[in-house]
Amino acid sequence: MKKSALPDPFEAARNGKGFGEMDDQNDPVTMILGLKDVRKCAHNWKTFQSGATPGRIVVPSEVHIRDTRQIPFEVDPPEHKDYRALVEPWFKRPLEEDYSAALTKQINAIVDEVLTKDTVEVVEGFSLVLQSRALTLLLNTPFEEAETWISWGTHVFRSHGNSLDGDKANILYDYIDERIKQAAENPSNDLYSKLLASTKDGEKLTHEEVKGVMILTFAGGRDTVINAITNAIAYFAEHPESLVRLKSEPEIINNAVEELIRYFSPLTHMGRVATQDAQVCEHAVKADSRISLCWASANRDERTFENPNEVVIDRKLNPHVAFGFGTHNCLGATHARQIMNILVKTLSEKVKSIDIIDYQENIEELGEFERKVGYDKLTVKFNA
Amino acid sequence: MAKISFITRDNETITLEGTSGSVMQLAVDNGVPGIDGDCGGVCSCATCHVHVAPEHVAKSGDANEIEADMLELNDYANEQSRLCCQMEITEELDGIVLQVAESD
Repeated sequence: MKKSALPDPFEAARNGKGFGEMDDQNDPVTMILGLKDVRKCAHNWKTFQSGATPGRIVVPSEVHIRDTRQIPFEVDPPEHKDYRALVEPWFKRPLEEDYSAALTKQINAIVDEVLTKDTVEVVEGFSLVLQSRALTLLLNTPFEEAETWISWGTHVFRSHGNSLDGDKANILYDYIDERIKQAAENPSNDLYSKLLASTKDGEKLTHEEVKGVMILTFAGGRDTVINAITNAIAYFAEHPESLVRLKSEPEIINNAVEELIRYFSPLTHMGRVATQDAQVCEHAVKADSRISLCWASANRDERTFENPNEVVIDRKLNPHVAFGFGTHNCLGATHARQIMNILVKTLSEKVKSIDIIDYQENIEELGEFERKVGYDKLTVKFNA
Repeated sequence: MAKISFITRDNETITLEGTSGSVMQLAVDNGVPGIDGDCGGVCSCATCHVHVAPEHVAKSGDANEIEADMLELNDYANEQSRLCCQMEITEELDGIVLQVAESD
C-alpha cells in the first residue's frame, strides 16, 4: 500500500446491505453508502432535513457545544433559498481575476518558501498556513489576520477522536462575536460588514444570523481544505510523473483537481434528520433519527466510477459528490476549487519531486468502519 | 464553426460561435448568465443545465448515462434537458437553441 493511498473501507457494506451504522454520543447514525442512494437522500430535503436542532446534522454531533444555527447550511427550503441567494455572489468572488491573482501570489510565495527548507511538516507548516492566508481573501480581511487563525492550530474545533471540546470551539465563537461587533461599529468591505448590511424579508440580518454564516465559513473550510492540500502533497510525493504530466498538459489540471477531490473526499459524510418514518436501502429509518450521506463511500461506487480506487489524473466523467449534492451543496466549493487549481498548477511548475520523510495517518472511527481521511503529521522535503 | 444560441432566464438571446471544446466552456467564456460550469466540465455539479429547443433535439443527441443520472434528481429537468459540458461543439450543433434551465 502506498503511503499516499486512501483505502475505501465501505466497499463490502456498500455492495451488501448498502448502509452502515455507527453510534455518536447516543444519537446513532445510519450511513448511506451508495452514490445513487446518497444523491436521492440529499435531494429529498423534506424527509431528510438539515434544519434540525443546530449541530445535530454534523457527525460527531455539535448539539452540546453550539446553539448558533449555521446559515444557510442548517436551514431548509424555502427559507434556505433567500439566505443562499444572499451569500452566493460573495462566495463566487474566487472566480474574479483580482481574487485569483492574489491567491496565486500567496500560493507562489508559500511554495517558494518551502522549497528553501530542509524539511517541512505539511499539516501545520504548509496546509494550515495556506488555508488561513487564503481565507483572508474569502473574508476580505487584512492578510495579518491569518496569523491569529494559524495560532489556533489545527484542532480548534475539536479535540482528537470523537469527543468535542466546547472550550476550544468557544475560542472561535468568541472571536467571531468580537469581529462582528467591530464591524458593526466600523464597517469595512469585509464579509462581516457585508452581512451586517444585508437584509432578508426587509429586515437586517441579526448578530446571530451573521454569526451563523461566519461559523460555517470558518468551520466548513478548515479541516476539509487542510486535508485536501495535505493529501495532494502526499499524492504528488509518490506520483512525480503526474507533476511532469500536469506541467506539459496544463489543460487537464481541472480534471486532476476534481479527481483528487473525489479520491480524497475531505468531508467523509454529513448528517440529516428524518422528519418522518422512511426507508433507505430497505432499511427502516425512524422519524427523528439520523442518517448520514457518506460522500467518501459514494465517490468510490464502482457502479459509476471505473477503477474507483485509483487516481485517474485525467478522468473525464467524474460525477463525484465530494462537495455534496443538491440544495445544500458546498458554499465554499468555488474557493476550494480555486485553491486546489492554483496549488496544483504551481506545484507542477515549481516542484520536481517531494520526498516523504515521516507521517502519521489521521484515522476516523465510524462505528464498523475506520477511514483514513488524511494525516495528523506529514513531514516532507520539497525539491525544485 | 457552429452558431449556438442561449436564451437566458431573463429571456435574452445570446448567440455565440464556436469551433471546438464544450458548449459549457463557450458559454462560461462568454459570460452567459446561469451557466456556471462550477466543476469545469466533469459532470459533477449540474450548473450548466439547458433545455434543447424541441425542434433541435436531433442535433444534440441524448444525454449520456452519467449525465442522465444527474438530471434524474433535478427538479427542473425535462426530456430536452442536457448538461452542456457534455455537448461537444461540432458543425452538427450549428443553429441550435438552448434555454438556460431554472435552478434553486
